Amino acid sequence: MSLSIQNLTKIYGTQNAVDDLSFDVSGGTILGFLGPNGAGKSTTMKMVSCYLKPTEGTAEVCGYDILKKPLDVRKHIGYLPEHNPLYLDMYVREYLEFVGKIHGTPNKKQRINDLIELTGLGKEQNKLIGALSKGYRQRVGLAQAIFHDPEVLILDEPTSGLDMNQLVEIRSLIAELGKEKTIILSTHIMQEVQAMCERVIIINNGKLVADDPIGLLQNRIQGEDRITITFENENNDFSNIENLNGVNSIEKIGNKVIVNASNQNDVRPDLFHLSVEKGWVIIGMQKEEISVEHVFQKLTKEVADA
Amino acid sequence: MLSVYWKEINSFFSSLIAYIVIAVFLVMTGLFMWVFAETSILDYNYATLEQLFSIAPLVFLFLIPAITMRSFAEESQRGTIEFLATKPLTDWQIVLGKYFANFSLVLFALLPTLIYYYSVYQLGSPPGNLDSGGILGSYIGLAFLAGIFVAIGLWASSISNNQIVAFILGAFLCFVFHWAFAYLSQLPVFYGSLDAFINKLGITYHYSSMSRGVLDSRDVIYFLSMIFLFLFATITTLKNRKS
Repeated sequence: MSLSIQNLTKIYGTQNAVDDLSFDVSGGTILGFLGPNGAGKSTTMKMVSCYLKPTEGTAEVCGYDILKKPLDVRKHIGYLPEHNPLYLDMYVREYLEFVGKIHGTPNKKQRINDLIELTGLGKEQNKLIGALSKGYRQRVGLAQAIFHDPEVLILDEPTSGLDMNQLVEIRSLIAELGKEKTIILSTHIMQEVQAMCERVIIINNGKLVADDPIGLLQNRIQGEDRITITFENENNDFSNIENLNGVNSIEKIGNKVIVNASNQNDVRPDLFHLSVEKGWVIIGMQKEEISVEHVFQKLTKEVADA
Repeated sequence: MLSVYWKEINSFFSSLIAYIVIAVFLVMTGLFMWVFAETSILDYNYATLEQLFSIAPLVFLFLIPAITMRSFAEESQRGTIEFLATKPLTDWQIVLGKYFANFSLVLFALLPTLIYYYSVYQLGSPPGNLDSGGILGSYIGLAFLAGIFVAIGLWASSISNNQIVAFILGAFLCFVFHWAFAYLSQLPVFYGSLDAFINKLGITYHYSSMSRGVLDSRDVIYFLSMIFLFLFATITTLKNRKS
């Protein structure tokens, strides 16, 4: 077991940022760690990487307890904090050398050259970190996290604020690393989870709400279809749709109406007939595949409403 | 510890900080020693370095907190403290690395004043007619004093992520420990009861005792325990910020 979290709890004042969280991750998995803002993702990651002390509970990284053996945990973990803090007044190579010295890595020069190639920092290797663009800084952050070839990698929003090309490159780098290492990745971007992660954990208000392999997650809300209809005119009263047989709820966004309906029988013909009857001109109708995004919305909303 | 030490030293010397500190220290002590008529050695008729050792603590009072203010305040503000704290380094390694780096910079500024010693040595009549033992003691005392100031400055830097707060608090505490205790002990209230004790709490008492050229173990213990006290406070502050 690469990582095992046991009843981890963090209380700030009266607020339970992380509330009795437990899960295990075995080696060679890329785990997507999801949750709305303030759900406790970063706090959990900070505790696992020995930056914050848990109020209760503990975690084990590669068999080392975060409370009893923090130094051993830090040797086996690579951590990229949120916002990727770097020493802006250092040069890329100087910084990586500093990281190498901390870890006491033998043959630093060779390792730094390898990392620069692996992370695609070649052109920027002689620049000040402060002079790099966000995407390149992210690569430097990744390089520092994987310097000592850790078994567990914790990446807190590694792709936030990157442009499309950088996004693709960083993602493929992470996927490459994930072949050998255990990676825990927090993110807001759902496509990323679908593209990279084998397993997904969703937390909300510090509590675990879902823990499934990516393929099974979608089963959680099967039994419901999501149909988006685009109307020509948005100033109609669409509330009648809700009275149709099989429709659970509707949501109106501009001239679009999103219909959540049971998938026992197709409601699309009924929707069409109703629109004809009312004289609403349909310019588009689409039945969506259930995606992680919907599961995420549904799971985190339910808890918030409860 | 060495990794942090060299990183700090590099950052001092790759920015303007180190050069400004050394230049300001030398210019200020130089002016008082050789130029200003009231304190100049050339008009003093005695071959001594007293001026250097009375003016240096005053310069350190604002210079050392200015060096140390960024140590932890900047790391917390930029978030890099999270980077350091999640690397395989103990808190003591981080704090001592930074402590010795800051302390080295101060010693580096102090080093060129040996030229003053050489000059006064040559200017004496006959040459060499000065109290070398007393001067050696004063240098050691000054180094210890700087050691306490650096420890105070580090602690001030650890309690806030605002560098200005760190500077003002550091300078104030240096003032309290160097001068305030000595002056407070002279208040009539303490006369005959606590005055000796309060005086001994301050740095002045031990500093002037050392500048007589006597290395008293009690003074050394005072200096070392004050340094340890503030470094320990720094570690405690850093630990508390984590929970």
